[in-house]
Amino acid sequence: MSTPPPLLTVERLTKHFDISGGLLEQLRLSRGRLIRQRTIVHALNAVSFEILPGETFSVVGESGCGKSTLGRTVLGLYPPDTGTVSFAGHRIDGLSPREMLPFRSRMQMVFQDPYASLNPRMTVVQTLMEPVLFHNPALSAAEARERAARVMEQVGVDPGWAARFPHEFSGGQRQRISIARALMVEPEFIVADEPISALDVSIQAQILNLFMDAQAERGLTYLFITHDLSVVRHISSRVAVMYLGCICELAPKGKVFDEARHPYTQALLSAIPVLGQPRSRHLRLTGEVPTPIDLPQGCVFHRRCEQAFARCRQEVPQLIERGEGHLVACHAVEEGRI
Amino acid sequence: MQGLLDVENLVVRFALRHGELTAVDGVSFTLGAGERLGLVGESGAGKSVTGFSIIDLISRPGYIAGGRILFEGRDLAGLGEEEMRRIRGNRISMIFQDPMMTLNPVFTIGTQMVETLQAHRAISRAAAEELALERLRQVQIPSPGQRLRQYPHEFSGGMRQRIVIAIALLNDPALIIADEPTTALDVTIQAEILDLLLELCASERAGLILITHDLAVVSQVTEKIAVMYAGRIVEMGPTDDIVRDPLHPYTQGLMAALPGSAHEGRRLNQIPGMMPSLMHIPAGCAFHPRCPLRREECALSAPPLREHAGLGRFLACHVAGREGP
Repeated sequence: MSTPPPLLTVERLTKHFDISGGLLEQLRLSRGRLIRQRTIVHALNAVSFEILPGETFSVVGESGCGKSTLGRTVLGLYPPDTGTVSFAGHRIDGLSPREMLPFRSRMQMVFQDPYASLNPRMTVVQTLMEPVLFHNPALSAAEARERAARVMEQVGVDPGWAARFPHEFSGGQRQRISIARALMVEPEFIVADEPISALDVSIQAQILNLFMDAQAERGLTYLFITHDLSVVRHISSRVAVMYLGCICELAPKGKVFDEARHPYTQALLSAIPVLGQPRSRHLRLTGEVPTPIDLPQGCVFHRRCEQAFARCRQEVPQLIERGEGHLVACHAVEEGRI
Repeated sequence: MQGLLDVENLVVRFALRHGELTAVDGVSFTLGAGERLGLVGESGAGKSVTGFSIIDLISRPGYIAGGRILFEGRDLAGLGEEEMRRIRGNRISMIFQDPMMTLNPVFTIGTQMVETLQAHRAISRAAAEELALERLRQVQIPSPGQRLRQYPHEFSGGMRQRIVIAIALLNDPALIIADEPTTALDVTIQAEILDLLLELCASERAGLILITHDLAVVSQVTEKIAVMYAGRIVEMGPTDDIVRDPLHPYTQGLMAALPGSAHEGRRLNQIPGMMPSLMHIPAGCAFHPRCPLRREECALSAPPLREHAGLGRFLACHVAGREGP
């Protein structure tokens, strides 16, 4: 059996943000001389992966690891500095807005905060109809309205509420409307950035079920970005663990949770509290999370890693296949020391 | 046995323009010295308001409309502001979700720690700094002497929360109320902070009320759990018993809704509907519109919290835990 061609291919994607401000703010006095100093956030550093059609590819990591930047760069909301993004065989990085247009309706996004991502001055039906009419100018308003009612039904929002405004809905309902908006243009691929983190536990389950139902019905492919490992374990097919803008481990879900090799993944997994299990002795990470402004030389994790040795401080480890699609970026694993 | 804290029938109301709403409706629980209690529930359940009312941090239009809060034998609900101030930050400390709610951005950590000490006892600046240093060491802040002279913005989120814990412990409180202390933090930092709280509560023999929506965290940190829904405690008892065998349909629903409880990749069990707004709490049992066990009587009267089978477990349900149909 051959694997299908990937739906999304990301190769050595790099995104840096210059946050140094204006020229005057960049000037510093150093040993009596005026120098110009820039402050660069290294949000993504040569990130590569593929997503197959129909899978749920999760990206996990702690705040500041670059997972949200990854989602936005993939969709072209941020232009990448270097590296490529290909969707269904077409390069989509660096396209003009007009060239990007046909891909926009095939790729959609669901954001974390359902309060910020819906226009408060548009009714639900207006919010839902706008993207469809934009992408299908031939469609009549009546047809778009009909489709809106159908999608609302699917996501569990009463179509009778179509004329209401976002403030009349709860957080969970709003997230359903955001998902409905993404589904309206019948996309193949959805980037979901922490879509349930702002919701209560009993509502989280409802929204996760909605994601899984929509995938089963429409054959959707997800890039699911979250910090919540129990959610990842539930819905993913494959998982990439990020730390400071780099993927440190990428594997089928079962491998990540049961046979994690990278010291950071192991520490992350051991830190999750599990209902009804006594506090395990989690692997303590020494030191602080460095900022993505001063990236350490070599492996980004070496300052907090107990396995770190000379090579880790100098050379950036590459993602190396350990068999069965399990990729690890760690010198110690590569050399068989752990 | 005289408890450390004895909350009896606490009622907290908010007088709003369109009418009064009841955020906490007849909550009672006790806490022994050094005991750890988890107040669990979703947003709007009244868990934070319960915690805030213990140290009288409910401000207008909110007010304590009834009940008693006995702390070391004294009723806190009747104390004046002056006396309350002597207890707050001294006998009872509070840790908030956002450490910047506690820390003042324009003073150094050292100044704030010395001030907290001097507010409650006659102590010289030098002696106060010495104590502050010791506490910073206890919460594992590296090079504490240097850190004492730094401002809150010079610390990371996890470090700030550790400093807040150090401040909360300065005056050897008998009770710490922690409101979602790790919700804003990453998991690896959360694990460290929880370890720290557990260790310090044990070594200082301080009681802990941990307010959180995270059942997994509560199950690992506390000995007792009170599950709240729409302003009331619906189930209370020893943590291990509740986690192993939840009795109230809401507790059961919450636990079943956690990913990890269902088979991976399958649909999760979901509680239909959502928590009612406090303006429109359903008559009878507030949970009945979402409840799989509901009967006629559930819409008529609210079930009181009753002891269940004499095992230190309490349950407020007309149906669950009763014999036969």
